[in-house]
Amino acid sequence: MFGLNKKDTSLLLVVAVLTLCAPFILNPFPTDSGMAQFNAGYPDLMQRFVIFGIFAVGFNILFGLTGYLSFGHAAFLGVGSYSAVWMFKLLSMNVLPAIILSVIVAGLFALLIGFVSLRRSGIYFSILTLAFAQMSFNLAYSVLTPITNGETGLQLTLDDPRILGVSATADGSIPVTSLFGLEMRSTYEMAVGGWNFQFSAGYYLCAIIMLISFYIAVRIFRSPFGLMLRAVKCNQNRMRYTGLNTRPYTLAAFVISGMYAGLAGGLMASMDPLAGAERMQWTASGEVVLMTILGGAGTLIGPVLGAGFIKYFENIFSKINDNVLHQWFSWLPDGLEDFVVFVIHPFIGKGWALTLGLLFMAVVIFLPGGLVEGGQRLRNVFSRDKAKDDGTHAPKSHPAE
Amino acid sequence: MGILEVKGVGKRFGGLQALGDVNLSVQENTVHAIIGPNGAGKSTLLNCLVGKLIPDTGSVMFDGQSVLGRSPHEINQMGISRVFQTPEIFGDLTVLENVMIPCFARRDGSFRMHAFGSVTGEYDMLEKAEKMLDDVNMLSKAHLHAGSLSRGDKRRLEMAMCLVQEPRLLLLDEPTAGMARADTNNTIDLLKEIKHNRDITMCIIEHDMHVVFSLADRITVLAQGTPLVEDTPQNIKGHPKVREAYLGEAHVD
Repeated sequence: MFGLNKKDTSLLLVVAVLTLCAPFILNPFPTDSGMAQFNAGYPDLMQRFVIFGIFAVGFNILFGLTGYLSFGHAAFLGVGSYSAVWMFKLLSMNVLPAIILSVIVAGLFALLIGFVSLRRSGIYFSILTLAFAQMSFNLAYSVLTPITNGETGLQLTLDDPRILGVSATADGSIPVTSLFGLEMRSTYEMAVGGWNFQFSAGYYLCAIIMLISFYIAVRIFRSPFGLMLRAVKCNQNRMRYTGLNTRPYTLAAFVISGMYAGLAGGLMASMDPLAGAERMQWTASGEVVLMTILGGAGTLIGPVLGAGFIKYFENIFSKINDNVLHQWFSWLPDGLEDFVVFVIHPFIGKGWALTLGLLFMAVVIFLPGGLVEGGQRLRNVFSRDKAKDDGTHAPKSHPAE
Repeated sequence: MGILEVKGVGKRFGGLQALGDVNLSVQENTVHAIIGPNGAGKSTLLNCLVGKLIPDTGSVMFDGQSVLGRSPHEINQMGISRVFQTPEIFGDLTVLENVMIPCFARRDGSFRMHAFGSVTGEYDMLEKAEKMLDDVNMLSKAHLHAGSLSRGDKRRLEMAMCLVQEPRLLLLDEPTAGMARADTNNTIDLLKEIKHNRDITMCIIEHDMHVVFSLADRITVLAQGTPLVEDTPQNIKGHPKVREAYLGEAHVD
């Protein structure tokens, strides 16, 4: 189906079902139960899951396939956001032209940066991309203030000269982003028993765009072009002496992944129409590297998993505070309770990055192939057990895809 | 006129004159060997032919066109394929994928944004690659990772990757270097087979006399950056100048 083989089609369907049912799946605990804080099924967080999923899927086309580690991809995300906000300011509050423009602008920007950076490979390439991204960040922060509004960030105002649309609504407020009239922030709530499921128009737009981007990524992975990109990672020397010009291949991969980043940036701005320079900072570039490696670089589903994993734990750990801990451990004797809370304290709330760092280290050390490798190992364990139960020999293990 | 014409090629690295004044003519459908002691400039010459180095003087014409100033991928697209001293393959890919890449390179040129095709749906290319693997007796290994192959099989695979492009000239840089006797003999057999079954011109740089004398139609002996003699294997064997070069009787002034 869709020009994919059976395995990829089922993967795509699984991802589709998971993303479209996310408001249910991520909301397993009733609203008034103590576990409700582990729910992730609210629009803001779900949007972040899929938007960063798009970002990481695109990054993986460059890093996973060609092995070129870019440390400046947040620049494209930021450029995408700025373009989208400008589109809202000048053209209309419809998200479609904004998203299209952000992809195009990010693609052009990636063409420029890629053309220069790809003259080098390995660590030098990483440094060049990092330098470009930091340059963009600093320019956005200072010199380019007329375009980026400096440290305040680019926002909508009441006197934006919007060509197709009004500067302010009848009641004097700033209009909201929409898709042909469907407001992005509009949310349909469904209360079932103790549960409260939220279906946001913005989330579903992001989810559908992510599914399309994921589908495109799968096609690229399985195409002759994708094979060439994997060849780049293996042996560029052999490629050259096989009559292949490696430069356009790497540049194409770089631009495609830049466009994915721009798309993510455009979507971010569409959900919440503002753009700040900090979106381009190196920490943001580093985050997408972590997501991709954590999930499994070079695998199809890995980056999506990594993005979800990081965004979920970032959100959950930062929400837990000392009061919550005291509640949890109230069954312990007083002195011990305080002690346990004292020990856990650095890992939660503002210290969420510490926990995430430890988790990341654990994954890299024990599962070099990321979460995807973890999944494969689990599956192998189960299939071996099953084979034993059947009294048959364990099936010959297939090499990992 | 030969398919490859090297005229007056010289190359200097700082104070070292690696190649003096090399003239070489490789005739179509022959096997031409270039031999010489260490440091004779064999590899430098080869690198000048494939675009890795640009000679300071002279000209290199392939099929009437100059190769000088062209990059390696352009020279490959002209019809020159190269086998390396240590096999250069795509270690992380499967054997079949390794052979499909040159197939694509031949069909699609040096770059094609073929992002919505499907590798497994390219039946012509698959068939071509599988036939090639069958020819070198590696079809049973088609789905193994190329990096896990033995040294001899890697060499076979690299040869298959070059041959599937149907090059007009195949350059081999010490194809048996560092190989065990059995592997060397296998490689010689493979090369003989290629020589007899295909219309191909080969230019071999080799150290191993056994390999050279069992394959070559013409031999050029290179010493200190200049060709000493060029002749048939029979005549080369007893040539006094060759013995001198190999036994180290040349005086260094």
